[in-house]
Amino acid sequence: MKKIFKRPKSLTPEKTIYCSGCGHGIAHRLIAEVVDELKIREKIIGVAPVGCAVLAYDYWNFDVTEAAHGRPPAVATGIKRVRPNRIVFTYQGDGDIAAIGTAEIIHAANRGENITVIFINNAVYGMTKGQMAPTTLLGQKTTTTREGRSPQLDGYPIKVCELLAVLEGVTYLERVALDSVPHILKAKQAIKKAFRNQVEKKGFSLVELLSSCPTNWGLSPQESLTWIKEKMIPFFPLGVIKDKG
Amino acid sequence: MSGNEAAGEAAIRAGCRYYFGYPITPQNQFTEYMSWRMREAGGTFIQSESEIAAINMVFGASAAGARVMTSSSSPGISLKQEGISYLAGCELPAVIVNMNRAGPGLGDVTPSQSDYFQATRGGGHGDYRTITFGPSSIQELFDLTYLAFDLADKYRNPVLILADGILAQVMEAVKFKKTKKRLPKKPWALTGCKGRKPNFIKSLFLTPGVLETHNWKLAAKYQKIEEREVRYETYYSEDSKFFLVAYGSCARIAKGAVIEGRKEGMRLGLFRPISLWPFPYKALAKLAERGKKFLVVEMNLGQMFDDVKIAIGDKAKISFYGRPGGGIPTPKEILKEVKKR
Repeated sequence: MKKIFKRPKSLTPEKTIYCSGCGHGIAHRLIAEVVDELKIREKIIGVAPVGCAVLAYDYWNFDVTEAAHGRPPAVATGIKRVRPNRIVFTYQGDGDIAAIGTAEIIHAANRGENITVIFINNAVYGMTKGQMAPTTLLGQKTTTTREGRSPQLDGYPIKVCELLAVLEGVTYLERVALDSVPHILKAKQAIKKAFRNQVEKKGFSLVELLSSCPTNWGLSPQESLTWIKEKMIPFFPLGVIKDKG
Repeated sequence: MSGNEAAGEAAIRAGCRYYFGYPITPQNQFTEYMSWRMREAGGTFIQSESEIAAINMVFGASAAGARVMTSSSSPGISLKQEGISYLAGCELPAVIVNMNRAGPGLGDVTPSQSDYFQATRGGGHGDYRTITFGPSSIQELFDLTYLAFDLADKYRNPVLILADGILAQVMEAVKFKKTKKRLPKKPWALTGCKGRKPNFIKSLFLTPGVLETHNWKLAAKYQKIEEREVRYETYYSEDSKFFLVAYGSCARIAKGAVIEGRKEGMRLGLFRPISLWPFPYKALAKLAERGKKFLVVEMNLGQMFDDVKIAIGDKAKISFYGRPGGGIPTPKEILKEVKKR
């Protein structure tokens, strides 16, 4: 019998700690599939974040380092400058990239570091159990915005791709979503392009993935996918935000 | 050359090809020197967006197997402490130079030894130590920086050079050492997993008991360092009844006081710790056995004073003279204090 679906070589058999319906598992797999397809497993170095994906190195079957919260772009810069012929990527959540690590991502992008950034936007702090994220939507209830996020009291959700788009050093920015099969297939293509850009030494690429967090949204996995479609996508529009080719 | 330049040149000659830093007085010349010298030597220089970013670039370069360093001064070193803790936890080698200026807060750009506690007690969060050297001349700053890279690699641990604003900017003649060609292999580094199992760099251990095991492993390493890497100098130890204890720039001044005092017929000596961690407790305790008096002199409110008390206990009379906030004691002041005791 012909095998048509299997675990990518870039994923370990380890069971993940992720909740039912969480987007991290899909994102990890998409990265692993792309790494296999581009045949870069033996030359890739990943930088894992602080947050739910802090244990990503248990799931990826290639070299990975941890990084302090928000610092993956600086850590990746150090690695890439030492090993310019390896493929270096960071995997970061919304708190990591758009709150505590805002300076690091902006400056790595502005230097045009030839790295790939995979940004998981689920509009909430997952690991610390549901506090407001910089990308939390207006009116969205979290454990630190019990009445819903107020623009007067809590500020506005940050659009990371749009923020980075103005920087000369940035090569490629695309926002995708993990809410449906067509969108997931599109997400994979974006991830693949972001890694291929690095292989071809084209410079800084970032893919933002709108991803579900049923546990902290207080929704079922199925309702969470609808929430991405109905709430997140209207505010965080999908598509290519910048592509210098 | 200045201390800033000498430490930079020492790093290059020790095989360091990666420097990440952010300007801060009084170590700006360091960053400036590295900006051209590193690139001339075929290395990488990045003026980072912050000290936090710089130390994390150091983390990345070290994880990738390179000899790497950063430099700063007190407020900037505070910002780097997060990264230094991670380096220690992940057992990554790196060299960090602190041209200590007076604090707390923004303080002043004047020289100080106010960061002794921070440097010798770990500095960031968690239970760890960093090898810390306190050079007292530009030549020694060069030599210890050169050595620091070997020790960092040997023990897979960050090494701190605790100098100050005087050493940073004073100019002295320096005898260079040869540029190192052969550097140690690092099979643990992240290089891509071709032909081997993946490598992981981490300090996170969530399984109960595993972090404790990791901490005990670090403790065993620190004990080894305490046994092997103690460095100090004694000056007129044979006949002295009264010892000054000082390190760094302050020890230079104290040496001046010893010379002046001896001219007046005083039997005065100097004990100068060179490694601040590991501190030369045993050597100092031995010196105290013969019923001497000790005066600790520092450019702070009394920080190394604690280590001297740990070393000597009640074996001898210990007192302290120090000047905080950028104050620099003179040999005359020190002698006046000696005469009082």
